[in-house]
Amino acid sequence: MTPLAGYLLVAALVFAIGLAGALTRRNAILVLIGIELMLNAANLNLIAFWRYGPHPEALTGMMFAVFSIAVAAAEAAVGLGLVISIYRHARTTDLDEMNRMKG
Amino acid sequence: MTIVFWILAVMTVSGGLAAVLLKNTVHCALAVTGAFAGLALLFLQLDAQFAGFAQILVYIGAVAILVVFAILLTRGSETPESGVFSRTWLVGLCIAAGVFAVMAWAILNSASALPHESATPDVSVMQIGNALMGRYVLPLEIVALLLTAAMIGAVIVAMHEKGDVK
Repeated sequence: MTPLAGYLLVAALVFAIGLAGALTRRNAILVLIGIELMLNAANLNLIAFWRYGPHPEALTGMMFAVFSIAVAAAEAAVGLGLVISIYRHARTTDLDEMNRMKG
Repeated sequence: MTIVFWILAVMTVSGGLAAVLLKNTVHCALAVTGAFAGLALLFLQLDAQFAGFAQILVYIGAVAILVVFAILLTRGSETPESGVFSRTWLVGLCIAAGVFAVMAWAILNSASALPHESATPDVSVMQIGNALMGRYVLPLEIVALLLTAAMIGAVIVAMHEKGDVK
């Protein structure tokens, strides 16, 4: 197994764990944590391909990963703000109980 | 495949698994911080120092704290008596396992076609700064705008509404 394949397998495993968390947990905050794990797995793929790809001096994969980290931070801030807002309204963060759009 | 890689891989994957499986939400936040740290160390192992330290600053420094704040503000640390997993957990688990199976199959079958340059890339922070101010200046400005908009949006969304009796 080449080093790149090892990193890609770890990234695939972390992505699958994040996906399982996002699909199976009831708590909205833990769903967001699962989404963050999936974003991080994608970043690991980008960095690994940058490191073992033909032109690392062009910095393409690294820049993509850095911008992706910034976008993920914005997503986390807005997502957690929405969770707090919904909690204030519905007094719960249980996604199975959030089944109506009416206020 | 060095021993360091395997240690970091086990640390990352076990942190992620604990974050998904543990019952107490605060423990989940701590476990996911461990997974973020493992990923940052994997970035450092891949000679991407800048991305690794950005990962530590943004995820362990900011996102983990945000998650803990959200948990404490929503009383999410109390374990609900109806269980922590959703009613359709089996379907979600099957989807995740299927996705992992497809990706692992694709990676293992294309292993010979993957690039494997062994030369260590020599990237200084100065080169990254030059690239950010030169070739990537438009994405940088867009990300700056996005972060400002997201920050203001998050504050407005989470702000107490006037006349809110609770």
